[in-house]
Amino acid sequence: MNATAPPPARRQIQTPQPPATPFPYNPGSLLSVMDLDLPSIGHLLARATALENQDLLTRDRILLKRRIALLFYESSTRTRTSFELAAKSLGADTTLVSSLSSSIEKGETLKDTGLTLRALGAEAIIIRHNSSGAPWLLEQETRLPILNAGDGMHEHPTQALLDLRTILNHLDPASKTIVVERAAEGSQSDPRSQTVIPSEARAASAVEEPAVSSSILSGVTVTITGDILHSRVARSNMLLLPRLGARVILCGPTQLLPDSAANAGPGITVERDFESALRQSQVVMMLRIQAERLAGLQIDLAQYKDAYQLTGQRLANHAPKALVMHPGPIIRGLELTAGVADGPQSAILEQVRHGVAIRMAVVERALTAQAKKEGRA
Amino acid sequence: MTTLLIRNGHLIDPAAGVDAPKDILLKDGRVAEIASPGKIKVNGNAGPDVQILDATGLTVAPGLIDIHVHLREPGQAHKETIATGTAAAAAGGFTAVAAMPNTNPVNDSPEITRWMLAPERGAAVRVYPIGAATRGSKGEQINDFAALKAAGAVAVTDDGHPILKDNIMRETLAAAARVGLSVIQHAEDTRMTQGASMNAGPMAFKLGLRGMPAEAESGLVERDIRLVTELKDARVHLHVAHTSTAAAVAAVRKARRNGLRVTCEVAPHHFLLTEEHVGQYNTNAKMNPPLRSAADRDAMIEAILDGVVDAIATDHAPHATHEKEVEFENAPNGITGLETALGLCLRWLHKEWKLPLGRVLGLLSAQPAALLGLKGRGTLAVGSFADVVVFDPKAEWTYHARETRSKAHNTPFDGWTMQGKVRWTISEGRIAYAATTPQ
Repeated sequence: MNATAPPPARRQIQTPQPPATPFPYNPGSLLSVMDLDLPSIGHLLARATALENQDLLTRDRILLKRRIALLFYESSTRTRTSFELAAKSLGADTTLVSSLSSSIEKGETLKDTGLTLRALGAEAIIIRHNSSGAPWLLEQETRLPILNAGDGMHEHPTQALLDLRTILNHLDPASKTIVVERAAEGSQSDPRSQTVIPSEARAASAVEEPAVSSSILSGVTVTITGDILHSRVARSNMLLLPRLGARVILCGPTQLLPDSAANAGPGITVERDFESALRQSQVVMMLRIQAERLAGLQIDLAQYKDAYQLTGQRLANHAPKALVMHPGPIIRGLELTAGVADGPQSAILEQVRHGVAIRMAVVERALTAQAKKEGRA
Repeated sequence: MTTLLIRNGHLIDPAAGVDAPKDILLKDGRVAEIASPGKIKVNGNAGPDVQILDATGLTVAPGLIDIHVHLREPGQAHKETIATGTAAAAAGGFTAVAAMPNTNPVNDSPEITRWMLAPERGAAVRVYPIGAATRGSKGEQINDFAALKAAGAVAVTDDGHPILKDNIMRETLAAAARVGLSVIQHAEDTRMTQGASMNAGPMAFKLGLRGMPAEAESGLVERDIRLVTELKDARVHLHVAHTSTAAAVAAVRKARRNGLRVTCEVAPHHFLLTEEHVGQYNTNAKMNPPLRSAADRDAMIEAILDGVVDAIATDHAPHATHEKEVEFENAPNGITGLETALGLCLRWLHKEWKLPLGRVLGLLSAQPAALLGLKGRGTLAVGSFADVVVFDPKAEWTYHARETRSKAHNTPFDGWTMQGKVRWTISEGRIAYAATTPQ
C-alpha cells in the first residue's frame, strides 16, 4: 500500500437545509432565551430595575385593566405567584386557569383552550406545561404574546433572566469577580429590608453598571449541578449565560447528564467530578432531582448525595467564595444541605425576589411590543 | 375495457432492460405490444376503439410500487380510506401499494384481508394487504399465514409493534418461509424507546424531548439477522422496513455479503431530512423511526447509491389535521408520502446525486415488485399488467399539501420543489390519474 495515497473520496453532497423557524410570531412573546438578543436582554434588565423602583401608584397605570391569562398545566409556587404579582403590579387583570379545575380535565386541547382564552379577551397568555414545546403550539394557534413559564424539560426563560440578574447583582464590575457579600445584606428575614436594600444598592451604582455585553460575564464560571437532563432551568441558563461571556460547567451522573449536553451550545462543558467543578466556579447552581420526570429511571440516592450533594464542608473546602443558587423548590438534605441553603453564600431567596422584577419587565414587553406592532400595521 | 396506445414516449423499463423511444399498446389490462414509434397502427394491430395518449417528451415507465403504506381502513376512515389513499397513490404515479395491518381491528385474518380487497372499497390502484404476524399484533400467537396468503396477503409484519421475543420472531420467520411469505420487521426495540418522540442526541436534549437511540433500531436488526442465520433455510426472507440508521444499514449489508435473504427499504424523509428538521416542534416532522442525525441521513444516501437498499417506500401515514395540532410528545407518528415520493426522488436522487433515472425507477418499481414477489408488476414486458406511469422528467413544480388527494395534509414537504410531473397513471389498463393541467 502506498502510504501517500489519498483516502477514498467521500461524496461531497448537497442536501436539503432545515427551514428557517417562523417563531416567535408575536414580538411580545418570550418562548426561549434565544428569542432575545443582547440589547433586548439589557433593556429587560433595565426595565426590571426601573419598574422595581417606580412609584406604586404610577406603576399600576402601565397595563391598567389589560387582561392576562395564566395557563398552568403543572403546579408552581414561585413562578405562578411572581408572574401574578408582576402583572398585578402593572395594573393588569389576571386570571388563572389550571389543568385540574378547568375543561382541560374534560379533554379540551391546548389549541382550544388557547382560542377560548383569546375569545374571553386575554391579551397575553403565560403558560406552564408539562410537554416540551407546548408554548410554541399555543403561539402558533393563537398568535397572542405567549410567555413561557416553563415547558416540560425544555426552557424556562424568565428563570434564566432572573438568575442572570442575581449573578449581575453580585458582579463587581471593576474586578469582574463575583462578590457574595453584596447579597448578604438582602437575605435577612425582614421582607421590607429585602425589597429596599438591593434596589437602593443598585440605584446607587446604576451609573457605573456596565451595559449587557458578550463579555460582561467573561471570567465567570457557573456550574450547574444535578438533574440536568430533566431541567428546563439548566437548558435556559446554559443557552443564556455563555452569550454574556460566562463559562458553564454541567455536572452530574451520566443518567442525569448525557455527554451530548456539551453540544447544546457554545461555552458549555461537562464535568463529572463535582469537587473539581466547584474549584473552578464562582457561581454554583444546584438542581432538584425531578422525581416526576424520571420515567422509570432508577437513581441510587445515597450514591448521588455522596457524589453531588452540596454540603457545608464541600463548599468550604472547594468554593468558599462562590455564590450558591437554586431555582427551587429545594429538597433540603438531598441536592444540598439545610445549612448551605440557609448559609451566607446562599442567594436562593434573592433569586425569588428578582423573579418579580424580571417578570414585570417581561409582562410589560409582552403587551407593549404588541402595541408597537399594531401601530405599524 | 378501453385499449390505450401510448405514443412517442421514452420507455424506461429497468427489469426488461429497455431505455428507448417506444410506443406501447395496452389491451385488456395487459401490455399487448411494444414497438418502435409509429409502428403500432390504429385500425391495424391496435383495433378501432383505441384511445391515444401522446407522450411526446415524456417518460413512460412501469407504474410505481410502494410496499409500505397505511391506508387506515378498516377503522380509521377519518384519517384515510382505501379509496382516498389509492387516489393519492395514483396521483403520485403509483399503481400498486402494500397496506400495513395496523388497522382497527388489526388485519390478522383472511376476512379482513378480503374486506380490504373488495371492490366496494373503491381502490384506484392495486392494493396488496400485508397480514399481521401475530394475533392482534400482540407478539404472542402466530397467525395462520397460509390462510392469510390465500386471502391475498403478500407478507406478514407486526409493523409498529415489532416482535421482541426471540422465539416468536424465529417461529414467524420459519412459518412465513414455509408458505412463501416475506417477514417485514419495523425494527425498534420498544423497551428502549418508551416515552420518546424523536431521535436521541443533542437535538433531543436541546428540545427537552426523550430520544430513541439508534441502537433501538440496529439492535433489533442485528437480532433478526442472527435468527435468520440460525434458521439455515434459504426460503427465509427478512425485510427491514424504513431503515434509518447507519448501523442498521451496515448490518443489512453484512448479512447480504453472507448470502442471507435480507432486504431493506428507505423512506424519502430518511434520505432527505435530519433531526434538525424537527425545528420548533413541527409535528409534521414526527414519525417512527424518527428523523436521525446528518451522519445517518448521509448513510441512507450512500446505501441507496451503492445498491444496498432494495426499495424506496414512503411509509405513507395519514393523520387528521387536529391529531397533529397537539403537543409534540402527544402527536401521532407519521407523514404522508405517496404524492411526493417520485418528485423528491427525481429532484434529489437523480438530479442532485446523479443516480441514473433507470436506477431510481427500479427502486420504485422493479425492485419492490421482486422483493415481495408481485408477479406481472414492476415491468412493462409484453403480457405484464398494464400498470404505467407517464411523467415529464424535466418538469419542476411545487407541492401543495392543500391540493392532495389524500384525506390528510401531514407532510413536511409542503411547498417543496419537486421534479418530474406525473401526466398519467394507468392501473391495469384504466387511467387512474390524469394531470388536470397538461402543458
